[in-house]
Amino acid sequence: MTTLGVQLPGLDLKNPIMPASGCCGFGEELGNLYDLNQLGAIMIKAATSKPRFGNPTPRVAETPQGMLNAIGLQNPGVATIVAEKIPKLHAKFKDLPIIANVAGSAQADYVAVCDQISRAPGVSAIELNISCPNVAHGGMEFGVDPTAAFELTKACVNVSAVPIYVKLSPNVTDIREIAKAVAMAQPAGFTLINTLVGMRFDLTTRQAILANQTGGLSGPAVLPVALRLIHQVRSVCDLPIIGMGGVTCAEDVLEMIIAGADAVAIGTANLTDPFACPEIITALPAVMAKYHISSIESLIHERKGKLVK
Amino acid sequence: MIKDYTLTVTNQIEVADTIYELTLAGAITKDPIAAGQFVNVKIPNPAYILRRPFGIAEVNVAQGYIKLIYRVVGDGTQILAQLSKGATLNVLGPLGHGFPSEFLNQNADVLIIGGGTGLPPLYELSRRLYHEGHHLDIALGFPNKQRIFYEAKMSQFGHTMVSTDDGSYGLQGTIIDLIDQNFTDKSYQAIYACGPRGLELAVSAHFKGHPHAYISAEARMACGIGICNACVLHTTADTSGATNKKVCTDGPVFHINEVVL
Ligand SMILES: Cc1cc2nc3c(=O)[nH]c(=O)nc-3n(C[C@H](O)[C@H](O)[C@H](O)COP(=O)(O)OP(=O)(O)OC[C@H]3O[C@@H](n4cnc5c(N)ncnc54)[C@H](O)[C@@H]3O)c2cc1C
Ligand SMILES: Cc1cc2nc3c(=O)[nH]c(=O)nc-3n(C[C@H](O)[C@H](O)[C@H](O)COP(=O)(O)O)c2cc1C
Ligand code: FES
Repeated sequence: MTTLGVQLPGLDLKNPIMPASGCCGFGEELGNLYDLNQLGAIMIKAATSKPRFGNPTPRVAETPQGMLNAIGLQNPGVATIVAEKIPKLHAKFKDLPIIANVAGSAQADYVAVCDQISRAPGVSAIELNISCPNVAHGGMEFGVDPTAAFELTKACVNVSAVPIYVKLSPNVTDIREIAKAVAMAQPAGFTLINTLVGMRFDLTTRQAILANQTGGLSGPAVLPVALRLIHQVRSVCDLPIIGMGGVTCAEDVLEMIIAGADAVAIGTANLTDPFACPEIITALPAVMAKYHISSIESLIHERKGKLVK
Repeated sequence: MIKDYTLTVTNQIEVADTIYELTLAGAITKDPIAAGQFVNVKIPNPAYILRRPFGIAEVNVAQGYIKLIYRVVGDGTQILAQLSKGATLNVLGPLGHGFPSEFLNQNADVLIIGGGTGLPPLYELSRRLYHEGHHLDIALGFPNKQRIFYEAKMSQFGHTMVSTDDGSYGLQGTIIDLIDQNFTDKSYQAIYACGPRGLELAVSAHFKGHPHAYISAEARMACGIGICNACVLHTTADTSGATNKKVCTDGPVFHINEVVL
């Protein structure tokens, strides 16, 4: 057992850290700044069946210790992603497990994209995005309805050649109900949280700052909400959880694992500092030593012993 | 090479009402910087997680500093304006693509069009083009007399004329009026413009079809390095489809026919 390594279905992670979907493109730009083989894995930008321009601009607005985004799942479509983006990333960083983020507006789209992308060389797992708040149809509609979430997950699990992690929305009354329903479809695990729906207005124009009106809140401001939701999902199921939401440092990573996560994704912090992930990986061993944590796996093990169902 | 540099404030002066010139020293000048590239500046207060983009106004390789010129418009720029000598800033850069000029003939005639805080990257461009021996005509527009900066500095590089929206200095009118009245007798090999969206739209319409007319676009950004898709524009070749250009990595400089502003 290495100090930082974590084993999850389909994912042999040398450390628990990975950039979150939408905050690292398809790895091309970050890959020019540092060696991505250092990362535990990478969660690439959402793929949909057809190319999408996404929402009109402005697409981002700042909030205290956070930001709103309404990108609207801009991507070049699954065909281009499978033919160009993934091969390029895989050829340059052979040791980097790729987690493909899949989105859509109808169940058939999700299924077709999962089928195609799960067979791309280098793709180790799928993150099923049933929680995007920034599209008119699909996305979060699936993630807030237990029956629809179950059906969709089941259909995707059936066609996928790699393990599926379902990305849960925080914009629900009780995340445990959704998690329990999705778990019945036997995915490999969960990822959470996606962004929280929010708004900001401009005092001069009296209009919403985002062209889409609403956007998803992320960044340090959401950390406590993410921790609580991860803890809630952990209390009702044993499936692996990749935690995310507001993580900026090694201490936050350990806190996520204590709350119930088995690995941790870093989103907005990459936008503030593109070197955030390698910096956190470098900082982890010393912070672990400070808190007498011999390895990430041991911390997960310790948590399992303590958690009361 | 893009790096997150720690730069030291060596000077900060108010060059016009609410407009500051910030001198930052450090290793960023050790690698090449093109005129028209920008930096993404971390606001030195943890409450602000998005960096602020600013054009690089001057590069001094010998003395190891860059200058930024910015107007105080909100919280981030207000915080920057309070920095004094010795303070440090995290500056990501150099970012984006600069103004293309390799195609220019010797001693080419060039028109520079700057509006307000669009002027900074054009200062460095003008400085370089002048030293390469090109002939510059320079049209500058400002809202009013109080907000004028760098008129004298730009005049070193070529024939410089100023307009103001309210007529408190120079010609009263838009920058297109200024061009129509003063800069019509030459056919310029290249036109370089940077300013508010209205100015860039007007310049794009005025010089439609010109093979070497370039604008530097602005956009709400987050990462500044192409990973978040905040800053996209439609292209003129596909005005409503999924094709797009990112201002931060494909720009900020574009040919006027390339993108939908
Ligand atoms: C490539 C590029 C180069 C620029 N160069 C210069 C320059 O040389 N000099 C200069 O004065 N200004 C420049 N700007 C505009 C400058 O980035 C904004 O004025 C600045 O970000 C405002 O920050 P704030 O915190 O004071 O304003 P706030 O309104 O408090 O900022 C809130 C958020 O909105 C964003 N924002 C606000 N206004 C703008 C704007 N006009 N463009 C883009 N984002 C904005 C901020 O970055 C921040 O994320 C440039 C913008 C771009 C995209
Ligand atoms: C600019 C931006 C784009 C995003 N795009 C996606 C996306 O395409 N698919 C997805 O599942 N999540 C997307 N997210 C959500 C993040 O992956 C992550 O779940 C969320 O931001 C919380 O983590 P953070 O606070 O570390 O950013 C995006 C977030 C941001 C800020
Ligand atoms: S600002 Fe992030 S892609 Fe341009």
